[in-house]
Amino acid sequence: MADSQQIEPLIGEQMEGAMLGPAPSGGLHQLVPDGGEVYVTSSGWRLAWREYASNRLALIALALLVLVVLFCFVGPIFYHSNQTLSNPLAQTEPPSGAHLLGTDQNGFDELGRLMLGGQSALEIGAYASLVAIVIGTLYGAIAGLVGGVLDAVLMRFVDVLLSIPFLIVVLVLATKYSGTVLDISLVLGIFSWLVPSRLVRGEVLTLRTRDFVIAAQTMGATRRRVIFRHLIPNAMSVTIVNITFLIADSILALALLGFIGFGLQFPNTSWGDMLGNAQTYVTNGQWWLVYPVGGLLVVVVLCFNIIGDALRDAVDVRLQRR
Amino acid sequence: MPTPALKVHDLTTEIQLSRATVHAVGNVDLEIGEGETLGLVGESGSGKSILGLSILGLLPGGGHVTGGSIKLYDRELVGMKPRELREIRGNEIAMIFQDSLSSLNPTKSIGEQVAEPVRLHRGASRKEALDRALEVLELVGLPRPRERLSDYPHQLSGGLRQRVMIAIALACEPKVLLADEPTTALDVTIQAQILKVLDDLEQRLGMATLLVTHDMGVVAGRSRRINVMYAGRIVETAPSEELFTAMRHPYTQSLLGSIPRLESDASKPLLSIPGLPPDLTNPPAGCRFAARCRFATDQCRAQEPPLTGSGEHFFACWNPVDGPAVITVSKPAAGAAPAAAVAASVISEPAPAPAAAPAATNGSAPLLELVNVVREYPVTAGALLKRKVNSVKAVSNVSLYVNPGESFGLVGESGCGKTSLGKLIVGIEKPDAGQVKVRGEELFKKRGGELRTARRVVQMMFQDPYGSLDPRMRVRSILREPMQVQGIGSAKEQDQRVRELLGEVGLPVNALERYPHEFSGGQRQRIALARALVLEPKIMVADEPVSALDVSIRSQVLNLMKRLQSEHGMASIVISHDLAVVKYLSDRIGVMYLGRLVELGTGDDIYRRAAHPYTEALIKTIPVPDPAVEKAKADVGIRGELPSPIDPPSGCRFRTRCPLAQEICSQQEPPMRRFGPSHQAACHFPLQTPEPETAATNGAGASAAPSLS
Repeated sequence: MADSQQIEPLIGEQMEGAMLGPAPSGGLHQLVPDGGEVYVTSSGWRLAWREYASNRLALIALALLVLVVLFCFVGPIFYHSNQTLSNPLAQTEPPSGAHLLGTDQNGFDELGRLMLGGQSALEIGAYASLVAIVIGTLYGAIAGLVGGVLDAVLMRFVDVLLSIPFLIVVLVLATKYSGTVLDISLVLGIFSWLVPSRLVRGEVLTLRTRDFVIAAQTMGATRRRVIFRHLIPNAMSVTIVNITFLIADSILALALLGFIGFGLQFPNTSWGDMLGNAQTYVTNGQWWLVYPVGGLLVVVVLCFNIIGDALRDAVDVRLQRR
Repeated sequence: MPTPALKVHDLTTEIQLSRATVHAVGNVDLEIGEGETLGLVGESGSGKSILGLSILGLLPGGGHVTGGSIKLYDRELVGMKPRELREIRGNEIAMIFQDSLSSLNPTKSIGEQVAEPVRLHRGASRKEALDRALEVLELVGLPRPRERLSDYPHQLSGGLRQRVMIAIALACEPKVLLADEPTTALDVTIQAQILKVLDDLEQRLGMATLLVTHDMGVVAGRSRRINVMYAGRIVETAPSEELFTAMRHPYTQSLLGSIPRLESDASKPLLSIPGLPPDLTNPPAGCRFAARCRFATDQCRAQEPPLTGSGEHFFACWNPVDGPAVITVSKPAAGAAPAAAVAASVISEPAPAPAAAPAATNGSAPLLELVNVVREYPVTAGALLKRKVNSVKAVSNVSLYVNPGESFGLVGESGCGKTSLGKLIVGIEKPDAGQVKVRGEELFKKRGGELRTARRVVQMMFQDPYGSLDPRMRVRSILREPMQVQGIGSAKEQDQRVRELLGEVGLPVNALERYPHEFSGGQRQRIALARALVLEPKIMVADEPVSALDVSIRSQVLNLMKRLQSEHGMASIVISHDLAVVKYLSDRIGVMYLGRLVELGTGDDIYRRAAHPYTEALIKTIPVPDPAVEKAKADVGIRGELPSPIDPPSGCRFRTRCPLAQEICSQQEPPMRRFGPSHQAACHFPLQTPEPETAATNGAGASAAPSLS
């Protein structure tokens, strides 16, 4: 035993040779990594998904949402209905075999109309939130990284915009532009990037003092590289959570616009338009014009909010529970 | 053996996670007598803290004791009702936690917090409890306790907060005190003070103390017995002296051999334990250390060794060793020759002193030169206008130089400005005055592409292995990034270089596609080292490269750094609070105190011939993993706390804590004086005799100084 404790490192050639006796014959790093093996664990996103999946309510919400999306976009393939020509002969018919949810005041099939309205709601929600998140992330990342006077000016500008009643501006803009899906998405998106920009800036403020950002600077990385390679990918967890809330907000805003008559142009429709038109009929006992669309709107917005909450939890606790 | 106050028998604790069970503590036996200190040493994840929490019944969510018993005198604590346990906690068993800032309630005054256990357990009135609080605060050596009763935790420094924590623990005169890493978060000079307090109290109050720590030096002089824990098991238990001189378990042997020591020869590599501790959710079948043990046999891998031994010394090993490892430098080439060869290849400056000194001035200019560098961070008031009211003097008038291929070490306590100095050197921060010159050019005066190219020369390695790698990038991208930024090589060449480096730092190739979170701390530090080497820098600044790592991993990284340093022939600047680490890695050392460089010299100059009282005290306070040395230590080194860098003392900044300080120290800033060819210190009353005054007339400048005979 005493022999094996006589350690004879080959000085110079192998300074690290303090591995003793029958240790792996050093030098050949590729064969015997002396840093130890790398344990294969699951990726951060997979851990987040595991956390998300353990939340039953969130899974239900996700499933419901998938159903709604299928209903809106795949439904029309199986359930044909006339949604372009109004039919004065079939106004406000109650549900029947031909029209499962009856018809509206223009004689359109209500179920098909729900699908059509859902398409525009989901599309506008997606586009608007995309516009908002792109603008907000860039704006917030630049303000946070550059800091100083520029940061102060940029963020005060956001404060000013936040203090303007957003609906009034949107109304003014909506009357000026024709109400296509793209127009409305842009208008909504341009007014909802403020909150994400603040969130991203806050995240960037903590990220930019982290060592890996400083390391990138010592290797001579440009600001653009730091923002796009390091800051934005790391702020992603914040933005992804925020997207779900933005979609829900956009859908609600669209419904509101439609309700007061500034939404999409006929014959396009949104759930808000349908609700707005239906309010005159609700007292006449024509329930099929009100409850299905109202219920669907509530369900979709609720689903997005639940998913957002669960995502936030999943991303947050990821490091605590392994 | 005195009557055991606390007796733990065959304790097993498990922590239930969502998908797996961590077998945190297994079959642990220990006994602490009255008035005795028992040391419990282990690395992070060895289960030592969980053991402490099991005793208190404060296990984290999912944790529970699954077997064994814990007896306080003859009362069984396992399975006790929460209400009864609550009466024992803080009353008969008290605990001192590591992090005093998060363990104290920031919204209550310290008087109230110390009084709280007295009111809860003794039913004392508010007045009586506060009187008792005053008494214990005095006992733990809090200066002017009466005035401080109504202070809040944030108003106290780390050392004082730790004293308050101890006072809370002692308020009800507990019979058993659990100290979980009580000094880990503190500076060495403060650590020595706190350990002294604990020592005194334990003798005066006759408590049974369990001292849990990862630092062999801390337990060495303080406990009669030491238990060594590895992966949830006690692997060896012995009286202190015996454990250090005649250990039987290979883990204990390697652990002690892997600690860099001040007195040891820096040219010898440290003993290192390869690999990583096992995953406790799925521990190996046999001996848990077998995978990293160089004596492991098939029996070790198949069968778990029981705790055997005789007398007071027990160990769990099939193939026990006999005493400490002897690291011998290969003898054949006539004794001193190989050592000298190493010294020549690694140490460039100090060895042939008279010859090298002129060369430094005439021939090659220093690679890095700092001239009277000042860096102050503004302290602002007001939310909007940000008036500058004062400044933190992080770096004041520091001058130094580093030659090509030389390794320079910077030591100092937290807040002495060593990290700021590191950032100034890599050009992340600009000096407020003075110059930072790399190869004669000032980095921060450059712009654009020129700056980018210049940055290749200086690279940095960071302290926190968790923060220095981008969590969203794979290792391949992390290591390629410097080359992409600098526009070096094609994608294929970059990939080739990345593979090369990965091998050089001892990581398997399959690491390329992994994300940082899949690596252990030591492995991440290897990746960070590889990243710093990608651009083949001339200088590498390593800021506390190993302080976040466990002891066994630390020596791996230190050996690696030392090897790569000499292989690449680059200069390095190692910044650390740990003098032993710095001495191991560096040829020359600079000691910083409150933003000032107080002493400069070779490792031996600093360790054997310290001229500045601060350096001397710093060396004295470092806990040495040797019971004989530790027990012989009489005084605590430096008294008092580090003054605020916002308003540093006039004259010599160390004078407020210096035993030799006199009138002149507060009036005049001491100039740098020369004590040897490469040895300088700034002190009015140095501990060594300086060389004749004419030799060091270059003012405070150490920069061009080596031009003397």
